[in-house]
Amino acid sequence: MPWENPDHPPFIEFRNVTKKFGDFTAVKNLSLKIYEKEFFALLGGSGCGKTTLMRMLAGFETPTSGQIFLDGQDLAGIPPYRRPSNMMFQSYALFPHMSVEKNIAFGLKQDKMPTSEVEARVAEMLQLTKLEQFAKRKPHQLSGGQRQRVALARSLAKRPKVLLLDEPLGALDRKLREETQFELMNLQEELKMTFLIVTHDQEEAMTVADRIAVMDKGELVQVATPAEIYEAPNCKFVADFIGDVNLIEAKVTEKTDALTRMTSVVDGFALECDQATDASVGETVWYAIRPEKVRIAEGNVEPGVVNHIGGVVWDIAYLGDVSIIHAKVGEDDHDTLRSTFANVSRIVEKPITWDDNVVLTFDRDAGVILRG
Amino acid sequence: MAEEHVAPPVRRGLGGWLLIAMPYIWLLIFFLAPFLIVFKISLSQVAIAIPPYVPTFDLSEGWQAFADGLSELSLENYVWLTEDALYWRSYLSSVTIAAVSTFLTLLIGYPIAYAMARAPQALRPTLLMLVILPFWTSFLIRVYAWIGILKNEGLLNQLLLSLGLIDEPLVILNTNIAVYIGIVYSYLPFLVLPLYASLERLDGSLLEAAEDLGCPPWKAFWKITVPLSLPGIIAGCFLVFIPAVGEFVIPDLLGGSNTLMIGKTLWVEFFNNRDWPVSSAVAVILLLILVIPIVLFQNQQQKMSEKEG
Ligand SMILES: Nc1ncnc2c1ncn2[C@@H]1O[C@H](COP(=O)(O)OP(=O)(O)O)[C@@H](O)[C@H]1O
Ligand SMILES: [Mg+2]
Repeated sequence: MPWENPDHPPFIEFRNVTKKFGDFTAVKNLSLKIYEKEFFALLGGSGCGKTTLMRMLAGFETPTSGQIFLDGQDLAGIPPYRRPSNMMFQSYALFPHMSVEKNIAFGLKQDKMPTSEVEARVAEMLQLTKLEQFAKRKPHQLSGGQRQRVALARSLAKRPKVLLLDEPLGALDRKLREETQFELMNLQEELKMTFLIVTHDQEEAMTVADRIAVMDKGELVQVATPAEIYEAPNCKFVADFIGDVNLIEAKVTEKTDALTRMTSVVDGFALECDQATDASVGETVWYAIRPEKVRIAEGNVEPGVVNHIGGVVWDIAYLGDVSIIHAKVGEDDHDTLRSTFANVSRIVEKPITWDDNVVLTFDRDAGVILRG
Repeated sequence: MAEEHVAPPVRRGLGGWLLIAMPYIWLLIFFLAPFLIVFKISLSQVAIAIPPYVPTFDLSEGWQAFADGLSELSLENYVWLTEDALYWRSYLSSVTIAAVSTFLTLLIGYPIAYAMARAPQALRPTLLMLVILPFWTSFLIRVYAWIGILKNEGLLNQLLLSLGLIDEPLVILNTNIAVYIGIVYSYLPFLVLPLYASLERLDGSLLEAAEDLGCPPWKAFWKITVPLSLPGIIAGCFLVFIPAVGEFVIPDLLGGSNTLMIGKTLWVEFFNNRDWPVSSAVAVILLLILVIPIVLFQNQQQKMSEKEG
C-alpha cells in the first residue's frame, strides 16, 4: 500500500494548511497525503471543516496559510476552472435550464472538445450512470436519485484527475444510498481515478474508502484504513465516533511490554489487555471495548478472574439481526456495559432476560487502551 | 415523471367564490368596462356637443333609439388613422423610442440589480430602499428637475464646461436624447426590482459548478446567470417598454417639437382638436400594439413549458 511507504510520492498533499474565516479557524494546520487511485474519505461531524478542506482543493477557498499540491503541482493561484479536479456538489448544483445531456456535456464543451467526441462521451456517461432514457429531461423532472446520478455523470465526464464528492449521498434514502455506495466503488475501480469523499456517515466512509481521515474541529484525529480505525482507534474521540463502544475508566496497576493490568475506577473489576501502554502505573486511562467483543452468559462471576465482570441485565434491545444487552455492572443505573450478539437462530431455548445475573467476558486482545 | 395529483373537490361557500371572483370583478370594472367605453367612442363621430361625439346612448329614449345609435357606429376613425401618415409614424417612433430606452435601461439596470443581489445580506434592504426612494418625490417634479440639469446653461453643461471637456454647451434638452435619459431614469426601478428578485434567487453553487467544470466566471455569467435571470429580464423589460410606448409627460417636457410619440399625438387630438373619437381609436390601436405581442409571447412560453412536460 502506498501509504505504508514514506517515499511514495503523494498525489494530493495538504501541507500545514490553515483556513480562517475571520476569527474562526475552520481548518487548523492540517497536513495530509492522499495517493493516486485511492478512495479516500474525510469523516467528521457537521461543522468540523470537511467541506472547507475540499473547497480549498477545488479552488473555491484560499488557504490562510499552507500549501496544497496536486500531482506535484502547487495549486496556489490556480483558479478553479483550471484545476484538474471536478467536484460533485452537496446540493448537486445541476443547471436547471439545461437537459441532462447538456449538463453532462457542459464541462466537455469548455475544453473545446469536438462535437462528435462530446456526444460519444455523453452517451458513455449516460450509460455508465443508467440515465439513457432521461437524456432529454430537465433536472426538475427527475427524482432525487436520478439527479444524484446526473451530478455524478457530470463530474466524471471530464475524467478528472481527482473526483471530489461532498456528501454525495446525503439526500438519498437508506437503501438507495447503500446501492449507490457500491456503484461508486465499482466506478472508482473501473475508471481508476482518485476519489475524495466527504461524509459525516461513518458507515458510508467504512464501506467505500480505502483510507479514512477522521476530523474534529478542523484537525485530523486519525488517518488509517477502516479496519484500523475501528479496531485500533487512537483516541477516545475516534473510538466513540466510529461505531458503538464501551468506554471504561481504569487505573493502570501493572505493566510489561506485552501486558497491561488495570482496575476499573468506578466498579473495581480487574481488566487485562495484551497491549503495552506508555501510561505509567497508577495513571488513569480509558479501556475501550466494542460491544460485539463482549460475550454474555448467565451465571455468577468467579472472583479473581480477569476480564470477567458480573452484572444484572438492565435493558435488552432486539434489533432483528442482533440484540444489544445493557448489563448493570455497578451501583449507578447508568453504569452499564453493552454486549451485542447475532441472533443466529430464530428461537432461543432459554433466552437471557431482564434482571438475570450475567457474566460478561472478553479476551485480552479484545479491547484497546486509550489516553485522553 | 411525477404522478398526476387530482385535487379533491373543494366545497366553497359564498365567501370562497367571492375570493376567486375578485380579480375578475376587478378586471371587469377597471379594465374591461373602461375599454368598452373607449372602444365605443372610437366608433362614434365627432360633434360639437357635450360630450363631443354622437351617438350617445340613453336607455330612457327606448330601444329604437338605441338600435338607431348602434347603426350610426362605424370604423371610419380607424380608416382615418391609416390615411394620415402622422399616426403610423407616431406609433413607429414611440415603439422605437421605447425599445431603445428599454434596452438602455436593461444595460444600466442589470449591473445594478446584479450588484444588489451580490451585496452582503445585511445591506440589501437598504439598497432596495434606495432604489424605491425616488418614488417618494412626485414624478412630474423629477422630470422637471431634468430640465434644470440638461438645459444649455444647466448643471450638466456647467460641469462639463468647468472641467474643460467641452467648449460650448451640448444641446440635449428638447432632443430625443433627453427623452431617452428621462425614460431610462424614470423607469429604472421597474426593471431593477424584478431583475433583482430573480438574481437573488440564483443559487451561487451553480456558478461554482460551472467554474469547477472549466468555465471561467465571465463565461459562466452568460451561460448560467443570464439564462436563469431571463424571467426577471423579460418582466422588467415589459414593465419599462409598455408604459414607455404611451409616455406623454417625458416627451412633452424633455423632447423637442420633432419628438414624435403617440402619447403626444393623442394629447393633441384629445385636448387641442377635441376629437374624442379619433383619440379613442388611437388609444385602442395602441392597446392592440401592446397586447398582441404579449399574448403571442405568453402562448409561446406556455407551449415551451408544455413541451417540456
Ligand atoms: N464562508 C464562510 N464564512 C464563515 N464561516 C464559514 C464559511 N464556510 C464555513 N464556515 C464555518 O466553518 C466551519 C466548517 O464548515 P464546513 O467545512 O462546511 O463543515 P463541514 O462540511 O465539516 O460540515 C463551520 O463552523 C462553518 O460555519
Ligand atoms: Mg459540509
